[in-house]
Amino acid sequence: MSDVLLSIEGLTKAYPGVLANDAVSFDIRKGEIHALLGENGAGKSTLVKMIYGLVRPDAGRMTLDGRPYAPASPHEARAAGVAMVFQHFSLFEALSVAENVALGMENPPPMRALAHRIREVSETYGLPLDPARVVGDLSAGERQRVEIIRCLLQEPRLLIMDEPTSVLTPQEVEILFATLRRLAGEGTSILYISHKLEEIRALCDRATILRLGRVVGRADPQALSARELAEMMVGQELMTPSRPPAPRGEVVLDVAALSLASPSPFGTSLKSVTMQVHAGEILGIGGVAGNGQDELLAALSGEMLAPADAIRLCGIEVGQLGPTARRRLGLLAAPEERLGHAAAPDMTLTENALMTGAVRQRLLNRGFVRWGAAREFACRIIERFDVRTPGPEHAARSLSGGNLQKFVIGREILQRPLALVVNQPTWGVDAAAAAAIRQALMDLAAEGAAVVVISQDLDELMEISDRFAALNEGRLSAPRPTAELTVDEIGLMMGGAHDMEVAHVAG
Amino acid sequence: MIRLERRPEPSRAWTAATPILAVALTMLAGGALFAALGKDPVAAIRTIFWDPLFNEQFAAYSRPQLLVKAGPLILIAIGLSLGFRAGVWNIGAEGQYIIGAICGAGVALALYPAESALIFPAMVLAGALGGFLWAMIPAILKTRFNTNEILVSLLLVYVAEQLLASMALGAMRNPEGGGFPGSRNLQQYPSAHNPELLANTGMHWGVVAAFLAVIGAYVLLNRHITGFHIRLAGEAPKAARFAGVRPNALVVFCFGVSGALAGLAGLFEVSGPSGQISIDFNVGYGFTAIIVAFLGRLHPLGILLAGLLMALTYIGGELAQFMLGLPAAAIQAFQGMLLFFLLAVDVLTNYRVRLGRGEVAR
Amino acid sequence: MNLSGISPEVLIAALMVASTPILLAAIGELVVEKAGVLNLGVEGMMIFGAICGFAVAVETGSPALGFLGAAAGAAALSMLFGVLTQFLLSNQVATGLALTLFGLGLSALVGQGYVGVTPPAMAKLDLGPLGDIPFFGRVLFGHDAMVYLSLALVAAVWMFLNRSRAGLILRAVGESHDAAHALGYRVVAIRLGAIAFGGACAGLGGAYLSLIRVPQWTEGMTAGAGWIALAIVVFASWRPWRVLLGAYLFGGVTVLQLNLQAAGLAVPVEYLSMSPYVVTILVLVVMSSGRGRAALNAPASLGRVFHATT
Repeated sequence: MSDVLLSIEGLTKAYPGVLANDAVSFDIRKGEIHALLGENGAGKSTLVKMIYGLVRPDAGRMTLDGRPYAPASPHEARAAGVAMVFQHFSLFEALSVAENVALGMENPPPMRALAHRIREVSETYGLPLDPARVVGDLSAGERQRVEIIRCLLQEPRLLIMDEPTSVLTPQEVEILFATLRRLAGEGTSILYISHKLEEIRALCDRATILRLGRVVGRADPQALSARELAEMMVGQELMTPSRPPAPRGEVVLDVAALSLASPSPFGTSLKSVTMQVHAGEILGIGGVAGNGQDELLAALSGEMLAPADAIRLCGIEVGQLGPTARRRLGLLAAPEERLGHAAAPDMTLTENALMTGAVRQRLLNRGFVRWGAAREFACRIIERFDVRTPGPEHAARSLSGGNLQKFVIGREILQRPLALVVNQPTWGVDAAAAAAIRQALMDLAAEGAAVVVISQDLDELMEISDRFAALNEGRLSAPRPTAELTVDEIGLMMGGAHDMEVAHVAG
Repeated sequence: MIRLERRPEPSRAWTAATPILAVALTMLAGGALFAALGKDPVAAIRTIFWDPLFNEQFAAYSRPQLLVKAGPLILIAIGLSLGFRAGVWNIGAEGQYIIGAICGAGVALALYPAESALIFPAMVLAGALGGFLWAMIPAILKTRFNTNEILVSLLLVYVAEQLLASMALGAMRNPEGGGFPGSRNLQQYPSAHNPELLANTGMHWGVVAAFLAVIGAYVLLNRHITGFHIRLAGEAPKAARFAGVRPNALVVFCFGVSGALAGLAGLFEVSGPSGQISIDFNVGYGFTAIIVAFLGRLHPLGILLAGLLMALTYIGGELAQFMLGLPAAAIQAFQGMLLFFLLAVDVLTNYRVRLGRGEVAR
Repeated sequence: MNLSGISPEVLIAALMVASTPILLAAIGELVVEKAGVLNLGVEGMMIFGAICGFAVAVETGSPALGFLGAAAGAAALSMLFGVLTQFLLSNQVATGLALTLFGLGLSALVGQGYVGVTPPAMAKLDLGPLGDIPFFGRVLFGHDAMVYLSLALVAAVWMFLNRSRAGLILRAVGESHDAAHALGYRVVAIRLGAIAFGGACAGLGGAYLSLIRVPQWTEGMTAGAGWIALAIVVFASWRPWRVLLGAYLFGGVTVLQLNLQAAGLAVPVEYLSMSPYVVTILVLVVMSSGRGRAALNAPASLGRVFHATT
């Protein structure tokens, strides 16, 4: 009997204009934690969707435990012992934990018995969870626990984890890793997808590296440095953003005891958020997803109104001003969601440039649009930020994630803001674009703007910010200079594994 | 297996071609429908689309009717299209049309038999205001209480119809009408009459207003920031809020404009072609205008053409009823079919159709 | 004015009959909306059901077959909406409106030969001694089978949604079609099923109007009942038993105003006739202004287009 659980041979999948996977082959052994490493767009998700039966390969074959394996649907995959924890899109907010778990199982027991088993498994693995709670009320870490327990209840042979740590604090990551090591020890194979190199070095036995749909390397992650892994993944030497140290200026953006109720039913309210951002500095705001990031951005951009004196720009009260008035004064923002929030997908780049540039770029004449000037502004963004597109008359949605993000951030930077607030500026963006965006934000600060970067990527914040604060359940910790912080301290600022303790008490 | 593949950006060629394709498909399916009713499909289609304009026997009567019918359709559809673009669904134009007519006629009937050049302008104002205020009911309920504007605007049509009946039978009944329902005929009240401006063209003030509305909407949507905000709000509501659009103000604006235009359409109708407030004054222009708006792709010039085409089906339908005994309802079904086909082929604008093995588990 | 002619037991019994068409249509639409689809074509499906049921009943002489025909006809019509919104990804609001406009025209066309015809009568269920109980006999046990069927349907829908796995899956699809798709559920198939069910229910409601409540065929006879059914789903914040409450409330207003008309109340008839619509609007306002809870219960994917990308 071989020790290989899943063998993948020559899997190929083409989408129009893209070869998502090109003859990908590798093996996953029984009881190993196997890393699948690659940049955004390298083809990792397509590959796991084929393993999970969501997408059918154009060519190639898989064998599971020596038998041919070609799942036509996730039901078949689950029946064969393959389970998956998704990065997005697989929980139902308005339904209870037990209902969510039942939906991910092939033959769930009756609800009462299921609730009992959820408690059982959650205690066995140290992942406390109340089956009766509504998922929308759970924290990001707890939601992931729902997904993991859903998988564990089916006693899978192969567990696929898609970017599982992007929503966890460092302490929660440790707990997750302990669970995964224990599972692997019990004989479960784990396919671990990530682009976080340190994690993979800490956790995984072997790694397969994908670039542009192809396997470009196989490695023992523990034997290589993070930098070597990164260069295999990206295929080129990485540029590290840098800037000359600059003196800190006056306070530009002053937020004092800002409390705001979230407008959405499962949102997080802001609770007495206080911060002062100086000219020439970058304040990094970390935190696990869903702890008030979107609300903070909306409060600063003017999409949500606040008490007038809660937000000041250069001493002027702006809390009661809408987005347009704040832009006029020099407070600009770029939200996380590119398509649909920061940009209108079906509109042209010119129209998208007009969207936030109307006031500061003087694109209006008595309310009438100066289309020529708007087009010229769009062209300048495209040129300055190296946005790859045939021209400004193309729709925003035709751009790749990285290029659209460069356009969106560039649009705000070119308007010479006094203060700029960005949320997840490099989320889902390829490494080269991410580096360019970080450099642009640092340049903006060096020119004297106050910059707030809200991000869930701690490495990014460590790299570019002067001071760091964390959002936790709508509260902002006191900012501290980044240079003097350790990972553990950051984790504690983000709330540590706080909800675990709470859950322990409750359970 | 047929599957759809999202285009990287909307196809401009198909945007223009889909209405034409939809009309062609509707003619085919409509022909089949007429054949099923035992009528010669070719003759029926020719009677509807060709004879009203080019048949020597009928054209003299039919051609002016084209503008008479198209005027209110275009006027209402232009207003609706602004809201539809912004994702604000006013589907109660029929009610606003009725109220506009009642208010406009009310001014005339109150002043009868005084003669003054100011009476007609006052009626126009009253008609627009009436439609505007009637549309403000769903708009304000939406912005104040978050009440579904689709349902409220539609339910108000039934309320308006009852009001119309009450007016025709009560407050506005012609005292010299021998007890018959219906108001005085405004065509016989010179100061209040909306006459044919050029003989045998069907052109009246309502048609002029419709043309002005087309131009105004074109300028608004393509040149003005408000029009840009309307389009933005429809395509990406969150992006619109980020851009500084106030959603509530947009709801009020779109309902206000479409209500006022529908009210104007009602006023021009009651003071012109129809002449009086009667129980069956409204003939469904407010609903047909929804089809016109979509058929015109919510674009002002498209709506102009679509309004003319839809007017043609009304006139041609009457002709086919008279000549071939085609039931009136057949034309109504025909118009509904047109909207269906339009929505169906619309998929080609944003998606490419691929034949081949489906790879997605649905 | 003479109000003594209005007896409470007749009033309540009439209320149940007046409510049934709307109850049937609303409970069907509730299932559709729970699956995340907003079908504004209820009015069109109802009136098409009304004429299909009428025609089949007249031709076969059997009201029962008429109801079957109504359900089948309206379900078939709803599939037009289904194909357009689920396969051709059209806007649900516009397509629903199209369905209503088309249904009104088509039903008028089909119904041409049936104006003025009297349909075969449907027997009241004979529940034996139960019907002889004073007051309650008349109110509760003196109805035709469809009244009881509509009540059973409400219970069945409640059971289905809250107690069955299929119902859980349907709610999951309405909550997040992307998540449901990722777990391998057939979003489009489930939604088509819900749309067909909604169509069949609307058809039954329409046929109840033309075969029992009126009973006659006239063009446009639904007179907004489909729209009121839509409003009742919102009023009920997507809960089956509250749909029942909403429908009976509406039925009560209708019957009351009809009785007041008959009693010669000194208010013009037109103002009484508009009262059910006005009341519906007022109820909508009250419901939606209690922001938060009601909105929370609305399916999160309601009205959104689903296209499985990768």
